[in-house]
Amino acid sequence: MAKTVTARAALDRGGLSDEQLVAMLWNMLLQRQLDNRGFQLNRQGKIPFALGSEGHEALQAGAALSFVRGSDILVPYYRDLGLVLGVGITPLDLLTNMFAREADLSGGRQFPNHYTARDRGVLSISSIVGAHCTHAAGVAYALTYHGEGGRVVLCSTGEGATSQGEWHESINFAAIHKLPIVFLVENNGWAISTPQSEQMAVVDVADKASGYGLPGMICDGTDPIATYRTMKVAMDRARSGGGPTLVEAKCYRLLAHSTDDDDRTYRDRDELAKQRADDPVPKFERVLLEAGIIDDAGLAAMKADVLKQANDATDAAEGLPYPSVDDMTTHVYAGAAYEPWLE
Amino acid sequence: MVPERALENRAQANGLIASSDGGPHEVGGAQPGAERLSNLEAVRMALHEAMVADERVLIVGEDVGKRGNVFLITTGFLEEFGPKRVVDMPLAEASIVGIAVGMAMQGLRPIAEIQFADFIYPAFNQIVGEAAKTRYRSNGDYSCPMVIRTPYGGGVHGALSHSVSIEALFYHVPGLKIVAPSTPRDIKGLLTAAIEDPDPVLFLEHKKTYRLIKGEVPEGHFTIPIGKADVKKSGTQATVVSYGYNLHQALEAAAQLETEGISVEVIDLRSIRPMDKTAILTSVRKTRKLLIVHEDNKFGGIGAEISAMVAEEALFDLDAPIHRLCGPDVPAMGYARPLEDAFMISTERMRAEMQKLVQF
Amino acid sequence: MPQLGETVTEGTVARWLKQPGESVEKYEAFVEISTDKVSADVPSPVAGTIRELIVAEGATVPTGAPIAVIDEAGAVAAAAPADQPPAPASVVSPPASNGRNNGATAGGARVSPAVRRLAREHAIDVATVSGTGTHGRVTAADIVAAATSAPVAPAAVRVAPPSAPPGDELIPLTPARRLIARRMVESKQTAPHAWTMVEVDVTNLWAWRMAEKDAFEREHGMNLTLLPFFMFAVAESLRAFPLMNASFHENGIAVHKNVNLGIATATEGSLVVPVVRNAEERSIRGIALAAAALIERARRGKLDVDDLSGGTFTVNNNGAAGSILSAPILVPGQAGIATMEAVVKRPVVRNDAIAIRSMMNVCLSLDHRVVDGALASGFLADLKKRLEAMGPSGAL
Repeated sequence: MAKTVTARAALDRGGLSDEQLVAMLWNMLLQRQLDNRGFQLNRQGKIPFALGSEGHEALQAGAALSFVRGSDILVPYYRDLGLVLGVGITPLDLLTNMFAREADLSGGRQFPNHYTARDRGVLSISSIVGAHCTHAAGVAYALTYHGEGGRVVLCSTGEGATSQGEWHESINFAAIHKLPIVFLVENNGWAISTPQSEQMAVVDVADKASGYGLPGMICDGTDPIATYRTMKVAMDRARSGGGPTLVEAKCYRLLAHSTDDDDRTYRDRDELAKQRADDPVPKFERVLLEAGIIDDAGLAAMKADVLKQANDATDAAEGLPYPSVDDMTTHVYAGAAYEPWLE
Repeated sequence: MVPERALENRAQANGLIASSDGGPHEVGGAQPGAERLSNLEAVRMALHEAMVADERVLIVGEDVGKRGNVFLITTGFLEEFGPKRVVDMPLAEASIVGIAVGMAMQGLRPIAEIQFADFIYPAFNQIVGEAAKTRYRSNGDYSCPMVIRTPYGGGVHGALSHSVSIEALFYHVPGLKIVAPSTPRDIKGLLTAAIEDPDPVLFLEHKKTYRLIKGEVPEGHFTIPIGKADVKKSGTQATVVSYGYNLHQALEAAAQLETEGISVEVIDLRSIRPMDKTAILTSVRKTRKLLIVHEDNKFGGIGAEISAMVAEEALFDLDAPIHRLCGPDVPAMGYARPLEDAFMISTERMRAEMQKLVQF
Repeated sequence: MPQLGETVTEGTVARWLKQPGESVEKYEAFVEISTDKVSADVPSPVAGTIRELIVAEGATVPTGAPIAVIDEAGAVAAAAPADQPPAPASVVSPPASNGRNNGATAGGARVSPAVRRLAREHAIDVATVSGTGTHGRVTAADIVAAATSAPVAPAAVRVAPPSAPPGDELIPLTPARRLIARRMVESKQTAPHAWTMVEVDVTNLWAWRMAEKDAFEREHGMNLTLLPFFMFAVAESLRAFPLMNASFHENGIAVHKNVNLGIATATEGSLVVPVVRNAEERSIRGIALAAAALIERARRGKLDVDDLSGGTFTVNNNGAAGSILSAPILVPGQAGIATMEAVVKRPVVRNDAIAIRSMMNVCLSLDHRVVDGALASGFLADLKKRLEAMGPSGAL
């Protein structure tokens, strides 16, 4: 018992309650499970493609907790499986997207991990890396257009996107106009096969911020509480009119880029093993267990529940129909007419 | 950058004007008052009325605020509407459009200006890959109601980077709309329509016509439907389809031919995407001969699509091969006067082609 | 035509020294030209073969006008102007193998899709139409003009006419006349014409017409003749005898669904047959109005291709000129043509007594491949009955 009390006292919970801490763990477990499910379904031949986000769970759970649902806007990138779960996208949404069913948020049109949910504040994105950053800046501008405050845009990218010109144009514009936006860079060290050292000359992405006149912050992306605390500062700054922040959360990409990528061709196995030992999910399980916030039975129950939710969503999604070909010509323009020749 | 004073100001500008017919396809009641405006002033009037009517409308671009736009189109706007709605953007075309995309997705009605069409290429993905696809990829969850305005075209000693036509690069793209009106009334009606359109519209302004072309423009709100062409001059012996500066030259050439008893019908395309199939086919079925004139390079220009459509749908009405009179297939028009003149299509050349076609 | 003299503006071809097909050397004299100042032999500008003599001997043309075409040896086609129009006009296509091919011309320019279609629709051989387009191309307008027989200026005489005895006048064939000639020959040579007639008592019909005439004129501003009554009855009879409303084809007799009545109409120098479509659906008044509009357009030369196509049967009001009997020639592709002859008051026997009645002969030429005498007689009997039943109690 003494050990537990000590552990509890030692845990710097960043102002979070037990429920919130458990909620973060839940998000991480769910993300891990659904992430794996994507790979499983692909290896089974049931879905053509999946993107992995192993290694990002703590980062995304912590960031999600700093997001105010019903008010803030998320402009994610394609590895934000956990982040979107954390702001209200459901396991069924994820699975219908993987199976490209008609019930998918984009009607089966978009690639995996490309969501759209205006009602939950999730912006629609394309696959062009970095192209969503200017959109995020534009959204942030619109949020303060009428003079209102209190709403924030959370724009996330990997570190590779920070090489794109438009990323620079976005943070530049945000800084000039002190827009309510946080640029979250999920630095997992790899852009497909390109290590960070070949992507930029700096070690800390956050260093890029000062050149544009906005603050840069760094946090341990394998620790959800640390990430949350940093993100909270940044989001609050934006919320109160203090302008944009660049938050770099460092983590590690534990899987290949996607089901089409074989990272054995470019990554050192020993290094991967070392990083795997620092896997944020079991790490946070241990933290909560040691702090006495959950026990083994509770954890097991959580995992079973996560698995059940994943299975239920998988079964439900798989049974749904594909989109109708008749729908191919809808939503090209606002009305039904889509042909280029006006008759 | 070309100072606006360098633009030609031809005395015979008045002779080139044909005011659009206020035909049954126009929407909205025009107020009794009408002003005689240049094309540039028509752009300005439409922008101003939209800014007044809808506070979601804002203008973003380089030098649109304090400078009032390099052609002085938005002079005074900053003072009247404030910096929140008239935004001097950093020198970065991709983000001028991309940020506007975000604004539009979040419910505003941005009008993004690209200072010269020649500078639009960095924004290509934002136009083609993002704006045009927003509604489709989100299955209708999001939309992108924005206008991208830009001056295009040559004949102003603008050389290689202030003279290009860009419509052929973009008209290929589903999800995008493109208009290129040539007269003041059409400009105002179509710009208003573009601003009110729920989808992204590329609005092309031929810079040579900015001050050269004048016409009556009704005050007050009215729109012209995007996608509708306009028969600017009726005729019976050949159909000429054109737009931009060429349109006015075609009208002049047709007027000259009329005095010799040769009757040519001139259609102002006005809209590039969607394009008016009915107007073109109705005319071609009547005259049986088609000449397409555009300043843009010939290969893959919009004349190619019109030719293909007419050949598909009206082959057995054609009494002569479809003819395209276009810019040469070189990267751009040179700065030296002879090079520019060689690239631009002269009115005399147009007239000769029309005459030859009628006589064929 | 060269300018022989400083202020000369025209010249006369006095004599051709060469004929088409003959070869000529460069600088060799090939024509004798005279002006009011001078006469001279003109040397050829090239070596080659005379292809065509454009101007007849004795004809005067302005300087600069073409007078002959010479194919230069070793070069292709005639001398062309510097700004050459698109190639199609100068390509020679091989003669059609099928004698009835309306699409290509023998040894002439390419035919545009519009010309091809219009020529087929009007059964016009493009070779018979003179072209007003570049290099003599036959244009769509030329076909339409030929079909509507609009008065066209006679094509420039290409070949010297045969010498005629003095006093005789040679009228050049207009395209319209050429077309009529061709179609009449085609009709007579293709369809075996048979002929029959009936006498019709139109006393009551005439009375009806006289009763309606003034009101009709007041309302529509035109004369109400017997023609629309006749056409109305013909349409009804054709419905009862559909084989009269048919066309002969090698693979079957095409019985037409609608009755599109052609009205043989004389215009200045020509004959056209505009068509009232769907006559079986129209009232007498409707037919009158439609026919009047067509005839008026025909007189003005303003008929278009829709007015002239699709006819299934033809009527001819010969009686208007006083004829009491005629044997019309069928319109190609139709099985019958009926005439209404003059209305003449004659003594006839009715109920075993002499009576004065207004009598009108109705004559019928028929295509004996489609229709036999019995059927034709039945058709005419039916028509006669309908016409004799029409009277002032009817509705227009």
